[in-house]
Amino acid sequence: MARILLNDVRKSYSGNQVIHGISIDIPDGEFVVIVGPSGCGKSTLLRMVAGLEAITSGTLEIGGKVVNDLEPRERDIAMVFQNYALYPHMSVRENMAYGLKIAKMPKDQIEAQVAKAARMLELEPYLDRKPRALSGGQRQRVAMGRALVREPSAFLLDEPLSNLDAKLRVQMRLQIKEMHLRTGQTTLYVTHDQVEAMTLADRLIVMNKGVAEQIATPLEVYQTPATEFVAGFIGSPAMNIFTVEAEAGGVTLPGGHRLPLSGLPAGSLRLGLRPEHLHLAETGQPAIPVDLRSVERLGADAFGYGVIAGSDAAMTLRLPGTTQAQRGDRVDVAPDPQHLHVFDPTDGRRLENF
Amino acid sequence: MAEAPDSPIAARASERLIAHFWMVLGVIVVAFPVYYVFIASTHTTQTILRPPLPLIPGPEAAANYRDAFSGGVSRIGGVSLWRLLANTTIVALGIALGKIAISMASAYAIVFFRFPLRMVCFWLIFITLMLPVEVRIQPTYKVMVDLGLIDTYPGLILPLIASATATLLFRQFFMTIPDELLEAARVDGAGPWRFFRDILWPLSLTNVAAIFVIQFIYGWTQYLWPLLVTNSNEMNTIVIALKKMISFADADTPWNLVMVTSVLAILPPILVVVLMQRWFVKGLVETEK
Amino acid sequence: MRRTVFPHRLLPWLLLAPQLAITLIFFYWPAAQAFRQSMLKEDPFGLSSTFVGLANFRKVLSDPNYLNSVQVTAVFSASVAFLAMSIALFLAVQAEKIIRGKGFYRTLMIWPYAVAPAIAGMLWLFMFNPSFGTLARPLRVMGINWNPLLNADHAMILIIAAATWKQISYNFLFFVAGLQAIPRSLLEAAAIDGASRRHSFWTITFPLLAPTTFFLLVVNTVYALFDTFGIIHAVTGGGPGKATETLVYKVYNDGFVNLIMGESAAQSVILMVIVIALTAFQFRFIERRVHYG
Repeated sequence: MARILLNDVRKSYSGNQVIHGISIDIPDGEFVVIVGPSGCGKSTLLRMVAGLEAITSGTLEIGGKVVNDLEPRERDIAMVFQNYALYPHMSVRENMAYGLKIAKMPKDQIEAQVAKAARMLELEPYLDRKPRALSGGQRQRVAMGRALVREPSAFLLDEPLSNLDAKLRVQMRLQIKEMHLRTGQTTLYVTHDQVEAMTLADRLIVMNKGVAEQIATPLEVYQTPATEFVAGFIGSPAMNIFTVEAEAGGVTLPGGHRLPLSGLPAGSLRLGLRPEHLHLAETGQPAIPVDLRSVERLGADAFGYGVIAGSDAAMTLRLPGTTQAQRGDRVDVAPDPQHLHVFDPTDGRRLENF
Repeated sequence: MAEAPDSPIAARASERLIAHFWMVLGVIVVAFPVYYVFIASTHTTQTILRPPLPLIPGPEAAANYRDAFSGGVSRIGGVSLWRLLANTTIVALGIALGKIAISMASAYAIVFFRFPLRMVCFWLIFITLMLPVEVRIQPTYKVMVDLGLIDTYPGLILPLIASATATLLFRQFFMTIPDELLEAARVDGAGPWRFFRDILWPLSLTNVAAIFVIQFIYGWTQYLWPLLVTNSNEMNTIVIALKKMISFADADTPWNLVMVTSVLAILPPILVVVLMQRWFVKGLVETEK
Repeated sequence: MRRTVFPHRLLPWLLLAPQLAITLIFFYWPAAQAFRQSMLKEDPFGLSSTFVGLANFRKVLSDPNYLNSVQVTAVFSASVAFLAMSIALFLAVQAEKIIRGKGFYRTLMIWPYAVAPAIAGMLWLFMFNPSFGTLARPLRVMGINWNPLLNADHAMILIIAAATWKQISYNFLFFVAGLQAIPRSLLEAAAIDGASRRHSFWTITFPLLAPTTFFLLVVNTVYALFDTFGIIHAVTGGGPGKATETLVYKVYNDGFVNLIMGESAAQSVILMVIVIALTAFQFRFIERRVHYG
């Protein structure tokens, strides 16, 4: 168990900077998820913490020690890989014991550790099997067991659930959560799936193109996204964001419609509204007219996809499951003024306002 | 790999029969010369010299082989059969094992490390593929003379482990090892030696077996190089000794013992190939790529 | 292509050292020497040498004996390659039709690969020895004055037979693998389209075997050029009257037996050029196949 400290950590490949100054203080026992689209650098960041990629500048501390130049082994970390990376010619037991064997742990201690992890992960019936005789989910658990067995200061996971089918993913997510509660290990978890991120994290690092756009708790990221990118990335279905012209008293939406809203700085703005914060307008209420292009019915909910009437600004609406709305209908929706988001059109930063 | 008998492209029964016929013929043609020599080794010299040779083994097998091993062959060329077999085995094993050892080491270095001139080294080794020993016999011979390696085992072995086929094969195989396996091993604390011993080597065994067979045969069947680099009969391989027996044949040559020597010159590699057939074929076909 | 590596700096050099050392001492140094020597001429007493530029090459290329060797080599290689490949292909096609027994036949076909070329030559010499060879008798009975020791054509036939015999198994293995790699669905589609078996063989199977065929062509040619030294040395010694003196044999003969160093080295260099061309061709073609395969 240890504290992880990143101080302005950067990485460049031959002059090309790919990770731009990331700083975060992760106290002992926290579960931090690094989330972002493919290519944003989240895996690179994780591998830098692991010691598999060099840190170009900035410092990394694990357990109070600066570890920039230390080998992975010397950092007291354990890692679960996306493709599990199990040693194909070794049994499950041998896979889990390998790191401990290298550390010259006494044999009976190794056996005890392996048995403990196997029990926790329900791997006991498979201990003597080889990886090729296991299913995807079982292999994933062996990979986790291999990491757990070492009882490291920090636990690093690189998209461990990406290769599992949807149902297994949900199951494993719960199991990971449970294990964290039990072991209390400092954990760094990488994923591109924002559902995993939101459900597992104590705090999130939302990354985009090598930059940490926001570091905050899931709720904060949802309620007060720091940039337009974060706003559009977190939350499903995604937030509706479009350009408006603001003047005293109101804004002009795409398509020419006016919405009375006060307190906004004048000029071009990016306005964000989550589908769940738009409801069917009462008569007379100021509303946004939306022409529906398609409606997806999911039973409990329905989603309407369309555009703001008279424009091509896309809108996603959340409708009651029993809605009769269909393609071609016009729906008037009113925004919830408490849940409006405004972003600077030039740099995407959130504007604290009204 | 055969289709269901009633698939449109499967051979009809009559076609299959004809195919069997040709295969049997092919096998006979292919096996006959070896069979011939084996038969000859079981008869007396007189029987051999008066054609046609009978098609069935004769009664002299035990006598011939016993004679050959207990000095009969020494009488022909001055070197005992045991010595010839030993020489050839040492050379073949030396080449096979030597090549595997240095090729694995080189391929390991090139694939799993980064260092300046890495690709230069690779190309330096790769180019040797292009020139078999036969095009550089004189200068290589001179090098052997200069190094005092004439008539020695290292002299017979070293120039022949210089080529790159094995290195290429191992490099290709090592490159199929997933990155993550190496990363997991590093996180587990394995250094280069442990990674090689505990993980890479067990996974390479099939390839090693295939290359062993191919190189063993290569070493056993060498001709030009042993011819040049050995002057003393004591250091001959069995193949060279056999040739000398035939070249210097006269009216007194015990052809039955020559036949025994031929059989023994052929048998070990055939045994190796047949016993390790599966790996050998796999390795051979994959060296192509 | 991201590749994780170990961070060590010295270790890779230590690992490469043996192969690099051997390659430098037994390959590059002699190859360089061969180049050097090809441009020198030794005086009659072997005491000194003079630089003569390309004179050795000119002499070699205009020497009727050398041109004879070129012709002998060409005839020999072409015959061996063609015969060894066609017979092997034929047998491989037959083997494909068989359902049971493939492994059995394959085991029996592999033998010659393990036999030294020199011994292959000797075996055929035993069988066809003019005085006591069992198979020489039928030839005499048929009225052919079979004598490979005196008749140039007979000698050539004998070594071609021995060299071909040995190479059939290698080609057979590759053709079998090549045939098995052809997707069944293609042949079934052709059958449905109405192609006869013979037609679909020549229009589908054979073209798809092209990469294997080209590969084997190069391998067989290199084999015929070099590995057959043992056969020739053991059976005919290049005779009778240089009728079977291939290029590689001539290098040996001139260099080691007659000790004409400069010219032998020049011949070596010419051979090197030929091999490099062949190997370059092979790798370019294999590379192309990877794109299309």
